Amino acid sequence: MKIVVCIKQVPDTTEVRINPETNTLIREGVISIINPFDMYAIEEAVQLKEKFGGETIVITMGPPQADVALREALSMGIDQAILLSDRAFAGSDTWATSYVLAKAIEKIGGVDIVICGKQASDGDTAQVGPGIATHINLPQATYIRKIDSVDLAKKNIRLERLLEDGYEVLEVSMPLLITVVKEINTPRLPSLRGKMRAKSQAITTWGHKDLGLKEESLGLKGSPTQVVKIFTPPPREKGMILEGEPDAMVDKLVGELKKHLI
Amino acid sequence: MSDSIKVILEKCIGCSLCVKACPFAAITIKDKKAIIDLSKCNLCGACKDACKFNAITIIKPQATKVDLSAYKDVWVFVEVERGKINTVSYELLGKARELASDLRSKVVAVLLGHNLEEKIQNLFHRGADKIVAVDKPELDNFISENYANIISHLIKKHKPEVFLAGATTCGRSLVSRIAVTIYTGLTADCTGLHIDKEKRLLVQTRPAFGGNIMAQITSPNHRPQMATVRHKVMPESVEDLKRKGEVVREILDGSFIDNRIKFVNFIQEEISKVNLADADIIVSGGRGIADAKNFKLIGELADVLGGAVGASRATVDAGWIPYSHQVGQTGRTVAPKLYVACGISGQIQHLVGMQSSKIIVAINKDPDAPIFKVANYGLVGDLFTIIPLLIKKFKEVKKV
Repeated sequence: MKIVVCIKQVPDTTEVRINPETNTLIREGVISIINPFDMYAIEEAVQLKEKFGGETIVITMGPPQADVALREALSMGIDQAILLSDRAFAGSDTWATSYVLAKAIEKIGGVDIVICGKQASDGDTAQVGPGIATHINLPQATYIRKIDSVDLAKKNIRLERLLEDGYEVLEVSMPLLITVVKEINTPRLPSLRGKMRAKSQAITTWGHKDLGLKEESLGLKGSPTQVVKIFTPPPREKGMILEGEPDAMVDKLVGELKKHLI
Repeated sequence: MSDSIKVILEKCIGCSLCVKACPFAAITIKDKKAIIDLSKCNLCGACKDACKFNAITIIKPQATKVDLSAYKDVWVFVEVERGKINTVSYELLGKARELASDLRSKVVAVLLGHNLEEKIQNLFHRGADKIVAVDKPELDNFISENYANIISHLIKKHKPEVFLAGATTCGRSLVSRIAVTIYTGLTADCTGLHIDKEKRLLVQTRPAFGGNIMAQITSPNHRPQMATVRHKVMPESVEDLKRKGEVVREILDGSFIDNRIKFVNFIQEEISKVNLADADIIVSGGRGIADAKNFKLIGELADVLGGAVGASRATVDAGWIPYSHQVGQTGRTVAPKLYVACGISGQIQHLVGMQSSKIIVAINKDPDAPIFKVANYGLVGDLFTIIPLLIKKFKEVKKV
């Protein structure tokens, strides 16, 4: 089984704080991490390989420093890493991003399963996974919480897809693309051996020429959407903090809520 | 490649306004000139807006040759969940009416499924001027491939100017496939939409970085302008039983059905009566509730308020409640009218999932808990005393 995992390096959102005086983001010391949902994608790929054999490849599109994220994936047990890095990719929206990732997956060739996290914690779009699937005409199964069974002979896979009010069971033929939620597994910690291997392993870098792509269809030029403005939302109003007798607090709260809810 | 963003050195005085404006920490000042690190820059233009000296230029793509004026009307994808129209569709119809009146065009509902007559009437009552309907037994269950194939075809044929869908599990899985197929812009999870009348453009506002920043996005050269919209942010359209409209029934053959993916069955998980995504009110429990069995208390309060039960990551990881209830960075993002956090300290991972809620109530015994910083109303005390009192009091209020 040949598995490709697509990951994204993101700023650690939990480190992002707002300076209350200037109402701007404080970024000092904000580190980059692998998008939390992609950790489950990496783990699922490693587990599938452990069960069914084959090879696992991690890819990411980003600046040269995104190789840190790739090495972390290698340390968890992924076999190979490819960095898609090119100035021509800068400013890509989800359309252009999924296009580049799709072209890389086509170049890798013979892939049975593509795994992505359900969405990235910085952009929160959940659009890139289905976008990749569409570019290479793969069926997709999003928000997967469990892989029930894999029939390698029939090239068929049975999965559970998390919905708002329960889950649905789907049967999809391979090759396919899945996006995963947290419930699917518990990501392992890298082993010492894994870390050592990841440190020294060569990482392939592909730019637009390696993928046979024209600059017009990439980055800002290839992106239908444009960001026209970025601003920080107004801070929440200072709240009313109640202390003391529970009865009095509850009376006060219910009185206040009645104003808002009725 | 010529760089698409540039600092004009003659104009730059090194004032560092752009450094403060950049959400990606991509700009530094060296020798009193701004230097942009292109590996961090995503060309959002925040620096250009902030610069008082016009010292930053961004070369945006040139307009395409597509005849944009051929595209008209505002389309709404009607999401049907187990035979019922999801209320997010009514919210979209309400917003579509506003946009259509600014664009002087029509509101069109796109309805796929089987046995649609009753729903068609209902959609007219809810504000659709026209309905494009595809009725096929194979469309009874939502399969994103089939729906995307058909809607892409309908868009190419009818050329809508704007296309809206709910930012739900179903909507997000579907719309990205359509946008890629027809090569147009798509903005996810919008919380605001309006028309820039001068440019005749849909301006889409959405949160990013867990709600820490807001972005406004347009698709100037592609049509339709597509967006998914967050549930429960916009008001539903008002029902008017006298409204009527025009139905266009599209007859399509089986070539739109993708046989690679099959629906097997659906399993409902009934833990609370209301699910998180549809809830106007959410009552959440955190580590402070001390034990799995105390989610019963949280559930009672949720029931009295007609709300859903949410949970912090800690309680899900401890196995006290299923993952589908988790609110926060690795769970669901919610923005109900009222969010009651019980025994939740308010780690940033939780806050990014609920800080856009309209009213936040926090109950916690630790007066320094970070949850109180985002709470409109904070109750410092023991939740095991306070919640039963709240239940009692709300029951009394409901009787009146």
